[in-house]
Amino acid sequence: MKLLEDIIVIDFSQFLSGPSASLRLADMGAQVIKIEKKGTGDICRQLYVSDVVMDGESSIFHAINRNKQSYAADLKCAVDKERVLQLIAKADVLLHNFRPGVMQRLGLDYETVKAINPGLVYAEISGYGSEGPWKDLPGQDLLVQSASGLTWLSNNDEREPTPMGVAIVDILAGTHVAQGILAALYQKAISDEGSLVQVSMLESILYFQFEVLTCFYNDGHQLPVRSSINNGNPYVAAPYGIYKTAEGYIALAMTNIVVLGQLLSCNTLINYTDKASWFNNRDEIKTILAEHLLTQTADYWLSILQPADIWCAKVLDYDTLAKEHAYQLLNMEMDVKTTNGLTIKTTRCPIRVDGQILTSEIGAPLLGEHNDQIEKQFDIVC
Amino acid sequence: MNKLPLKGLIVLEFSQYLSGPSAGLRLADLGARVIKIERPKGGDACRSLSIKNLWADDSSLLFHTINRNKESFAADLKDPDDLLLIKRLIEEADVVTHNFRPGVMEKVGLDYASVQEINPRIIYAEITGFGKNGPWNHHPGQDLLLQSLTGLTFTTANKDDNPTPFGLSIGDTICGEQMVQGILAALIRRQKTGKGALIELSLMESLLDFQFELLTTYYASGKLPERSRISNGNPLLGAPYGIYPTADGHIAIAMVNILRLATIIECSALAQFKQEDTFIYRDEIKEVLAAHLLQQPSEHWLQKLKAEDIWSMEVLNWQQLTKEEAYKCLQMEQTIKASNGNQITTTRCPIRMNGQRLFSDKPAPTLGEHNESICREMGLVSIPDIQQ
Repeated sequence: MKLLEDIIVIDFSQFLSGPSASLRLADMGAQVIKIEKKGTGDICRQLYVSDVVMDGESSIFHAINRNKQSYAADLKCAVDKERVLQLIAKADVLLHNFRPGVMQRLGLDYETVKAINPGLVYAEISGYGSEGPWKDLPGQDLLVQSASGLTWLSNNDEREPTPMGVAIVDILAGTHVAQGILAALYQKAISDEGSLVQVSMLESILYFQFEVLTCFYNDGHQLPVRSSINNGNPYVAAPYGIYKTAEGYIALAMTNIVVLGQLLSCNTLINYTDKASWFNNRDEIKTILAEHLLTQTADYWLSILQPADIWCAKVLDYDTLAKEHAYQLLNMEMDVKTTNGLTIKTTRCPIRVDGQILTSEIGAPLLGEHNDQIEKQFDIVC
Repeated sequence: MNKLPLKGLIVLEFSQYLSGPSAGLRLADLGARVIKIERPKGGDACRSLSIKNLWADDSSLLFHTINRNKESFAADLKDPDDLLLIKRLIEEADVVTHNFRPGVMEKVGLDYASVQEINPRIIYAEITGFGKNGPWNHHPGQDLLLQSLTGLTFTTANKDDNPTPFGLSIGDTICGEQMVQGILAALIRRQKTGKGALIELSLMESLLDFQFELLTTYYASGKLPERSRISNGNPLLGAPYGIYPTADGHIAIAMVNILRLATIIECSALAQFKQEDTFIYRDEIKEVLAAHLLQQPSEHWLQKLKAEDIWSMEVLNWQQLTKEEAYKCLQMEQTIKASNGNQITTTRCPIRMNGQRLFSDKPAPTLGEHNESICREMGLVSIPDIQQ
C-alpha cells in the first residue's frame, strides 16, 4: 500500500510553491486534483516559461504537474462552484496559494469550507503572511529572497547581492506546507479532526537561514561577511569553497590548512599553524591556495587529496554528472507520458519507501482533462 | 485540535550535525518527543562545532539552534548493556532516524531488519550522502561537495564567474526537510495498517530533486543551463529577472513585460526590445536596464514599479529587514534559556497550525541530561554512567 493511498487533495495552487507540495503528495500516493480556471488554467501553463516548450506548455509546467489530474471550473459561476464544493466535501486536503482575501471573496475560506467538511486539512501558502504591511505584495521567489537577507550569503564579498539560482523559496515553502499537511493528516487519522495549516514564503526562507540568523541574533546583529575570494559560506573558514585548476574546478570543504599545504606541496600554507588564522586570514589563505591549484588539473589534485581522506570533490555540470556511474545508478530519471502522447523525461521523487523508488509515468494533465472522470468518481450532481 | 499534531510520538534520533537533526527539530516542533541518542564521549559532534566561536553553554550556539526542544540519552552503542537499554527504548519508539555512513548501524546491530524485529511498527528513516550502493557511497556526504557534484553550482552568480555554491547548507537542509515528509507519510499509513516503514534519502537525490525544473529542461533540450552575464537570477528565466544596483542600493525585478517596464521606468533604450527577445537578448536587455537603474535611488524606482504592480522588491540585509514592521509582525524570533541560564534568541517553526505560531522554549539538552528520567519512566534498571 502506498503511503498516502486514498488521500484526496484538491489543489487550487499555481506556479511552483503549492504545486511542488502536491507533487510530493501525489508521488507518495495521493490523488491530486488541480482545480484550474476554465480557458487558461494554472498560470504556469503559459506565463512562467523557460525557453523550452513542450506541447505548447513550458517544460517547467510539465515537471511540476505530472502525476496530477485537472478539473476546470469557473469559480465565479454558481454551478461550477457548487460542483467544486461537492468535491471539497469529500476531500482530505485543500491547498491554495492565492493572495490573502481571494479565497474569502470566492466563498472558499477555511471557516466556510470547514462547515461542509470538518475533517478537512486546509492549507495555504502566502508570500508574507496574512498580517502586516507586506501582506498584499506578490509572493514571488526572487523578491522574497531579496527581502529576506538571503542574497548576502552567496558569491564574493565585493560582488552584488546574489540570489540563489533555483526557486528556493517556492520549494521550501512547498516542503513546509507538505509537512504541515502530513502532520495534520496524521492527526486526522487519529481523531478525525481537520486543521488549518499556514505557511508563508518569507517565514520559510527565514527558517532556512536558522543557523546563521541565530548567530546574527546573538552576536550583536553583525552582518555576514562573504570571503572576497571563492566564497563558499560566509561563516566557514578557509579553504571552504570552489577553486579553478589548470583543467576544471574542485571543491574543498573543512580541512586542516597545514595538512592541506603538505599534501599539495604548497609551502606557504604550512606556516598557518594557528587554527584561528584559518578564519581570520581566510582571504589570504584562499588566495595562496587558488594560485597554487591553478598549476595542475583537477584530476591531479583529487588523486592526492582523496586517498588522504580530505573532504574534496570535482565540480560537475549536468553533462559530466550524467556520465557518472554514481548518477546513473540512482535512477533519478523517469519518463512520463501525457494524454497527447508526448513523452517527457523528468526526475522522480527523492524518497525511497521500503527499499523501493517511487515512480509514476503519468504526465501533466491537459486543462480540464479529468472533469468527467472526477464528476463520476465523486457523484457530483448539478 | 488544541494539541500539537504529533503529540504522543517518540522519535529516537541517532543523527548528528544538520541533515537528520533538522528533521528531528521539525518533528519536535510539531509535537513529537525527540530523544537524541548520543555517544557518552562528546555526543553529537555538532556540540563542539561553532560558528563565529559562539557558545551557549558547554555546547555551541549552532548545536542549540538545531537541537532545541529535544532530550538527550547518552549511550555507547558498542557496550552491550547500553545497547540493551537502546533496544528497550526502540520498543517504545515510533520513529528512528540516523545519518551514519552505510554499514555503521549494521555493525552495531541496529539496521532496519534488526530494529523491525524489536518493533515492527517502527518508522526507520536514514540519510546517506549518495545512497547505499554505487562508487561514491563511502565518499564524505558533505554539503559543499554534494552541491559541486550535482551541477547546482552552475545556477548561481554570473556566466563568467567560477561555479558558485549556495552560501548555506542547502543539501543538508533539503534532505532533512524531505525526510520529515517521508516519516509523516509513513506514520499516516501506519495509523491505517499498523505497518512500519523504511524511509531512505540521500543528499544527492535530494539535491537532484531540488533542481527538478532545471533537470527536466536539460533532459529535453540537451543544453546546459546558462547563467546570464549580468544580474543572473535564475538560469531558466529571461530578462529582466535579477537584482540590479541603483544609485543607493539594490532592487530585484522578477517576471515582467519588457515594454511595460520600459514605459514605467521611462527607458527608451529598453523599448527597442520585444517580449519574445527576452531570452535571445537577455544579456543586452539586462545591460541596458542596469545602466538605467543606476541613475536613481531604489525608492524612486520602487515607487513607480509598485504603483503599477510590477513584481519588484528592495534588496535588504538582516539589519534592514529586522527593523521592518513586516518582519516584526511575523514573530519569527523566540527566546530560550540554556542550561546555564544564558538567553538565546533563535527562530521558530515556520509552519502555523490552526492559526497558531508554534513556539517552544525548551532548550537543547546537555549530554545525557535525560538518561535518569527516561530510565525511570521506562522502568529500566541500569543507568549508563556518562562519566565513564
